[in-house]
Amino acid sequence: MPYVPNSNDDRRAMLSRIGVSRIDDLLSDIPTPLRLNRPLDITATSELELLARMGELAESNSTGLACFAGGGVYDHFIPAAVAAVVNRPEFVTAYTPYQPEVSQGTLQVIYEFQSHICRLTGMDVANASMYDGASAMAEAAVMACKVTRRNRVLVSETVNPLYRQVLQTYLSGRDTQLVAVPMAAGVTDEQSLSEMVDDQTACVIAAQPNFFGRLEDIEGTAKKVHAVGGKLVMVVDPIVQAILKTPAACGADIVVGEGQPLGIPVSFGGPLLGFFAARKQLIRSLPGRVVARTRDIEGRDGFVLTLQTREQHIRREKATSNICTNEALCATTAAVYMTLLGRTGLKQVALLSAEKAQETARRLCELDGFAPYFEGPFVREFAVKTPLPAGEIILNLVKQNILPGIDAGRWFPGLEDCLIVATTEKRTPHDIECLVEAMKKLAQSHAMSRM
Amino acid sequence: MKKRTLIYEKSSPGRKGYTLPACRMSEDEILGSIPAEFHRETDAKLPEVTEGEAMRHFVALSVKNHHIDKGFYPLGSCTMKYNPKLNDVAAAMPGFASHHPMAPCSTAPGSLLLMWELSALLAEISGLPSVSLQPVAGAQGEFAGLLVMRAYHLKRGEKRDRIIIPDSAHGTNPASVTSIGFTSVQIESNEHGVVAPEAVAAVIDENVAGMMLTNPNTLGIFETHVKEIAEIVHARGGLMYMDGANLNANMGIFRPGDVGFDIMHFNLHKTFSTPHGGGGPGGGALGVTAELDRFQPLPVLEKDGDGKLFFNYDRPDSIGRLHSFYGNFANMVRAHAYIRTLGGEGLRRASEIAVLNANYLKTLIREDYEVPYDGPCMHEFVASGSRQKKLGVRTLDISKRLLDFGVHSPTNYFPLIVPEALMIEPTETESKETLDDFAEIMKQIAREARENPELVTSAPHTTPVRRLDEVTAARTLDVCYKGDE
Repeated sequence: MPYVPNSNDDRRAMLSRIGVSRIDDLLSDIPTPLRLNRPLDITATSELELLARMGELAESNSTGLACFAGGGVYDHFIPAAVAAVVNRPEFVTAYTPYQPEVSQGTLQVIYEFQSHICRLTGMDVANASMYDGASAMAEAAVMACKVTRRNRVLVSETVNPLYRQVLQTYLSGRDTQLVAVPMAAGVTDEQSLSEMVDDQTACVIAAQPNFFGRLEDIEGTAKKVHAVGGKLVMVVDPIVQAILKTPAACGADIVVGEGQPLGIPVSFGGPLLGFFAARKQLIRSLPGRVVARTRDIEGRDGFVLTLQTREQHIRREKATSNICTNEALCATTAAVYMTLLGRTGLKQVALLSAEKAQETARRLCELDGFAPYFEGPFVREFAVKTPLPAGEIILNLVKQNILPGIDAGRWFPGLEDCLIVATTEKRTPHDIECLVEAMKKLAQSHAMSRM
Repeated sequence: MKKRTLIYEKSSPGRKGYTLPACRMSEDEILGSIPAEFHRETDAKLPEVTEGEAMRHFVALSVKNHHIDKGFYPLGSCTMKYNPKLNDVAAAMPGFASHHPMAPCSTAPGSLLLMWELSALLAEISGLPSVSLQPVAGAQGEFAGLLVMRAYHLKRGEKRDRIIIPDSAHGTNPASVTSIGFTSVQIESNEHGVVAPEAVAAVIDENVAGMMLTNPNTLGIFETHVKEIAEIVHARGGLMYMDGANLNANMGIFRPGDVGFDIMHFNLHKTFSTPHGGGGPGGGALGVTAELDRFQPLPVLEKDGDGKLFFNYDRPDSIGRLHSFYGNFANMVRAHAYIRTLGGEGLRRASEIAVLNANYLKTLIREDYEVPYDGPCMHEFVASGSRQKKLGVRTLDISKRLLDFGVHSPTNYFPLIVPEALMIEPTETESKETLDDFAEIMKQIAREARENPELVTSAPHTTPVRRLDEVTAARTLDVCYKGDE
């Protein structure tokens, strides 16, 4: 019996000490008719066999695709030292630091994570993590409604459509009005936004860069929402943030995003890491855990969970959020990654990704039938107009071990010829060459077939 | 010697913890295509250290943690069982870990099959045939389950908005109820620590959408009347939700779906051994009856006519999407590996030994501590420090003193219905010797409380730091390092 140390002799001794003869006697509170009267139909397997089976499953996936897909999750390089730290059982097999005296490792790392996020975004405070970028954004909307005592949430159509779906689910039971702000030429339509903000607007949610990789006039958006007393919720990419103007300088009140690019494997989309930062006036309304620095009775530096009266285990139905278990190990991973890359490294990753995006965009748009979908600047992700449906391109290129991007038409009717391409520092000149060549051939054969 | 605690205090300009290829173009050229108004004002002031310095920093921090691989961790309702390493090896296989979630389904047949199988395994364990793996934590499972409840009633044209919750419930239950715009109706447990059917009958009406019940409950007691309670709730059109936090007592013994529960969440990080990670990531899969399947979150993994797996987004009655993608996939791999390693018989054995260990420890601890509900318990039990409190030693002090002996303290001051609560869950992966040692420590602390209470009230003495000033922490709110600004 794996992982269970007690032998039959131990069990007998324990039962006798309890004063019963069989384990079944301990289950006497369960009425017999409620019990399962057959064994569970699950066969056991050995470690050796199981790993062989898992290996087969893993290898049946298309491994080694050259990845040009993004959409919040990016295929960045992860230095070896990240796993060396994060796989330590001291971090892996601890739980929520309820007893701070024996949890200083986790607590300090989370404090450092919060500090890194604040520095990256320019915000004053950050929490210990949310489930993912999507739930962080949804919780930001909920928080904005609470602090403004308003119920209208405006979200730009250029925000990741998957996040918007989660937002809709999170607000579905609440007395909240969710309104999409239309886009024009791949950015938030500022004219519409001006007409839509009103004195019931709790917040406007906008992304920088947005889902299409485009740069938004966030400062303009901030002015519009602040003029009516609402909050600006800004969704950012933590890598690109190393070179883009800080959300604080743009006027954001709450900043959220997906922390996966910070050293966490793409892992078929989970676990991810939501980060959540805000202005200091909002700290008492933050969802989730927050670590603070303090002193112990001997005057030594130490760290604790703070403002726990916001949380469900104390405040129950009046809590700021129902979140309990979060993504602490992913926050630890991000903290280690940001420490290793540091001030210059994170910027270098952003610059490399941007450089490769510029080259990929230029090469693709030289091909017949391809063009920038929208004119204007981008950083590491961009939209390309394709001569055949983007969905077809993807299905074709994955057979050649290339994942060329995301099909915008999945969420934006009419944009079936829009492929959203992302790059990271991992994309080699060879990868880019293969992508361009494969696209060229595909477009040529497509053109031929239509002649 | 200058004190350097934080990584920022160890940082020095010009040090690097990475090597990266060079850019082909200069920084100015790369940024040149982006208008200046979008440029960052100054670099993000992240630390600058070498890899070796970073390793020392984090390793030194790590050893300040208590963790399962080091010692006993009887944190009630958290199921801190041993986390098998083979599960982590499986989750890290490149075919799983390197696969981008935006890639077409056709490129991930292995991952989809693994998810399909795990759903089936959880359905077999719970007796609830439809399992969504998307929720990433217990609280998100609760949120999703309550939305399913809401959608079910709305589909029937009923606007119900009240949820019955016993006073022993986890805090996430009422918090989740609020998050979907419903109201909780709290009922009291009876003198045996369980919910009496009469208490449910007294508050049930046509506004009640359903009831949330943890079984065994947070006192570690099986809710004996669950069947009658479910009948009362169902008779008035409500649904039964099981908080699966304590499923570790149930595997192969009783199945929630067989005894009247319509909806439940699983905690993959408790029952199915995925590591707790210092607070997460978890896994909060949602099981529902066949009737409620149509409301499961989007997308739903299905098999087409040819037996091929695909994600179905065309489910008009769905509550919608909860997560950016499909949930915490890496933890699905781990849970799957765990369940298959134990098999049906092993899972039942695990639950039985979890129950045996808890009862054995309760028998030992009862000699020195109050145990308010003293029948047979399931996988955990709740003791009370009320006897010691009369001596001026609180449960908090007992918890802190335990840390001096290299064990983690139980969950304290929960459930709220037991004064000075110490909620103890040993799990099946602890040996008799570990339980004996823990009981010895508890006995010694009880003796100290009588003979030398100051030793206990000033504990801990041997931990990396001693008691921390939480009041100052909440007042100064130093949550972000500013020392170098």
